[in-house]
Amino acid sequence: MSVVAHFDVHRVQYLDAGSHLVADAPALARDRAHLSALYRAMVRTRIFDAKAVALQRTGRLGTYAACLGQEAIGVCIADRMQTNDVLLPSYRETAAYLGRGVRMEELLLYWGGDERGMDFADDREDFPICVPIATQLTQATGVAAAFAYRSEARVAVAVCGDGATSQGDFYAALNLAGAWTLPFICVVNNNQWAISVARKAQSAAQTLAQKAIAAGIHGVQVDGNDPIALCSVLDVALDRARRGGGATLIEALSYRLCDHTTADDAARYRPLEEVEAARQSEPVVRLRRYLHAQGWWNADDEEALKNACSTEVDGAVERYLATPAPEPTAMFDHLYASLPAPLQAPRAALAARGSDA
Amino acid sequence: MPEITLVEAINLALARALEEDERVLVFGEDVGHNGGVFRATSGLQERFGERRVRDTPLNEAMIAGMAIGMAAQGLRPVAEIQFSGFIYPALDQLINHAARLRNRTRSRLSCPLVLRAPAGGGIRAPEHHSESNEVLLAHIPGLRVVMPSSPRQAYGLLLAAIRDPDPVVFFEPTRLYRLLRETVDDDAAALPLDTCFVLREGRDLTLVAWGASVHESLLAAEQLEAQAISAEVIDVATLSPLDMSTILASVAKTGRCCIVHEAPRSGGWGAEIAARLADEGLFSLLAPVARVTGYDTVMPLFRLEGTYLPDAARIIAAARRLLEYA
Repeated sequence: MSVVAHFDVHRVQYLDAGSHLVADAPALARDRAHLSALYRAMVRTRIFDAKAVALQRTGRLGTYAACLGQEAIGVCIADRMQTNDVLLPSYRETAAYLGRGVRMEELLLYWGGDERGMDFADDREDFPICVPIATQLTQATGVAAAFAYRSEARVAVAVCGDGATSQGDFYAALNLAGAWTLPFICVVNNNQWAISVARKAQSAAQTLAQKAIAAGIHGVQVDGNDPIALCSVLDVALDRARRGGGATLIEALSYRLCDHTTADDAARYRPLEEVEAARQSEPVVRLRRYLHAQGWWNADDEEALKNACSTEVDGAVERYLATPAPEPTAMFDHLYASLPAPLQAPRAALAARGSDA
Repeated sequence: MPEITLVEAINLALARALEEDERVLVFGEDVGHNGGVFRATSGLQERFGERRVRDTPLNEAMIAGMAIGMAAQGLRPVAEIQFSGFIYPALDQLINHAARLRNRTRSRLSCPLVLRAPAGGGIRAPEHHSESNEVLLAHIPGLRVVMPSSPRQAYGLLLAAIRDPDPVVFFEPTRLYRLLRETVDDDAAALPLDTCFVLREGRDLTLVAWGASVHESLLAAEQLEAQAISAEVIDVATLSPLDMSTILASVAKTGRCCIVHEAPRSGGWGAEIAARLADEGLFSLLAPVARVTGYDTVMPLFRLEGTYLPDAARIIAAARRLLEYA
C-alpha cells in the first residue's frame, strides 16, 4: 500500500479573540486607515441590521435575515473585490451588499416585499438575494465561465452558509470550477447553525474547507471574525483567480449571534451559554479593542460613527417607507423582455381592476 | 437542396447561431467530440473549437445553473440536457431562477438561455428516456416552452429560441429525429415564438398537438380525408406562453376539437387548452372537447410504448366520435 495523495487544511488567524495580534501578521495589521474603514463598515452594517429587525418587530418590514456577528465576512469580501467582479450572495450578506454600493433603502424595499429592491441603482451586475440554498454557486460558475470565455480578469464571488455545503449544487459548482479552472471563489459563512441544525449534525467532515480537496481546488479555513485574516485569504484567492490560477473555497468561521430570521427563535434549539461564549469573539468588539489598543480609536470616534450611521439609516428608512407600492401590472412587466401576446389580455384585465379592487 | 432530418436541422441551426453570434456557447454532457448522444451537436466542436462547444461534468443542476450565470453576463448559452427524463435536478434552477431572474431584479438582469432536451417516446429506449414532462415547465411563468414537429420547424424555432432575450426550454421529439426528411433552407430565418401554426386546413374538426403527436395528427388527417372528414391540424409549437387565439379561431370554424399529446392525461397541457376552450370558445363547440393522450400511468418500458403513445388510429376514432355530435 502506498500514499497516492496527501492534503493539508490550513486555518488562518492574525487577530485572535482577545484582539491580540499573532506573529507574522500582514501589513494590514499596521494600516490604521484601512482597518478603521473596515471597522466603520462593520458598525454601519450592524446599525442597519438592528434597525431592520426593529422595523420587522413593529410591522414595517417583512421577514428579515439578520447578520449579527458575521459582519466581518461580508465587509471584507466587498472590501477586497474589485468593482467589476460579481457577487452572488445568499440572503445573509447585507454587509457585502452595503459594501458593494447597494443602497440601504433598496435592501429594505426587498425585505419589505417589493421586487424593486433588487434593481440596484449603483450595482448593476451583482446577483440578487438567493433564497434557495446553494443554487447561486452553480450560477457563479457560469458567471466565472463568462469571464474566462471573454478573457476578462474578473472573479465571481459566491457566499453561502454552512448548511449549503450539504447541497448538490455546492459540490457541483466546486467540481466544475476545478475541472474548468474557473475564476470562482466560494466563501462559506460557517455561522455554526443552519436554522436549528448544528454544524456537527450537518457533516462529519472535520472542516468544510476540506470539501475543496475532492474538487481539486484550493481550500482554506479562516477566522471569519478576524478582518485581517479574512482580507489576507481573500487577496490570495482573488489574485490567483484573476491570474487564471483557478478557484478557492474559503470556510470563514463565525457565529450567528441572532436568530436565523425574524421568524425564528433560536432559544428553542441552542443553549444561551454557547451564544454568550461566541459573543466573546465577535468581530466588531474584537477590532474595536485592537484599534483602541493601537491608540487609533477613542470613545469620541465611536460616538461620532454611531451617530453618523444612525442618521444614514434613518434617512434610508424614511425613503423606504415613503416609496409607494408598485403598480399591480408590474407583476406582468418584468416576466419577459416584452410582454408576449397571450399575456396582454390578462394584464389589461388586471389594469382595469385597479389597485384597490 | 438536400432533404434533412430533424436532428440535422437542429445541428444546422446550432451551427448558424454559433456562426452569427460570438455570444452563443454550446455545452452539455457528451456534446463535444462525441457530438451528442443523438449527434445533434455533431461536428460543432471541430468547427467552432472547445471554447464554444464544450463537454461539461455530468450534473444537470450545474448545467442549468451555469447557463443562468452565463446568460446573466450577456452570453447566449445553449445547453443540452441529455434526455428530458433527466431534467429534474435542473428544475430548481429553471423554476426558481431562470424563470425569475428578470422579474426578481426588475429587468436589471436577464436570462437569455436555451435548454435543449430530447423528449417523448417511440424509440425503444431504456427507462427514463421516453418521458413527456413538458407540462411541468409550461406551468411556469417566465419560461418559454417550445417543441418543434418537423425539420423546418426545428430549424426556425431553435434559431428563434436562441435569439430570444428570455429563457427557453426546447424539447426535441426523439421519435422525429430521423423519421422524416424535408428541405430546410439554411437562411438564418427564425420562425415566430408564442404562435401556433396551422399546418393543414380543414372544416370539420381541429386537431391540436405538439412534437411527435403533430406527425400522428397529420397522418390521421390524411386518413380522415379519405373518409370525407376534413381535419384542421394545429402545431402548438410554443406551449407556453400559449397562443389560444389561433386555436379559438380554428374551433370557431370547425366546432370540434381533439387535443393530442403523449404525456399523461390528467393535468396535461391538453387540460389547459380544453379549459380555455370551455371558457372562451364554448359557443363555438358542437361537441365536447376530446383528448387523445398517454394514460395516467407511468410511461411503460418499450414493449408497451406503442400501446401507450397516441397514434393515428386512436386520433381517428376520437375524431369520428366527435363527428357523431350533429
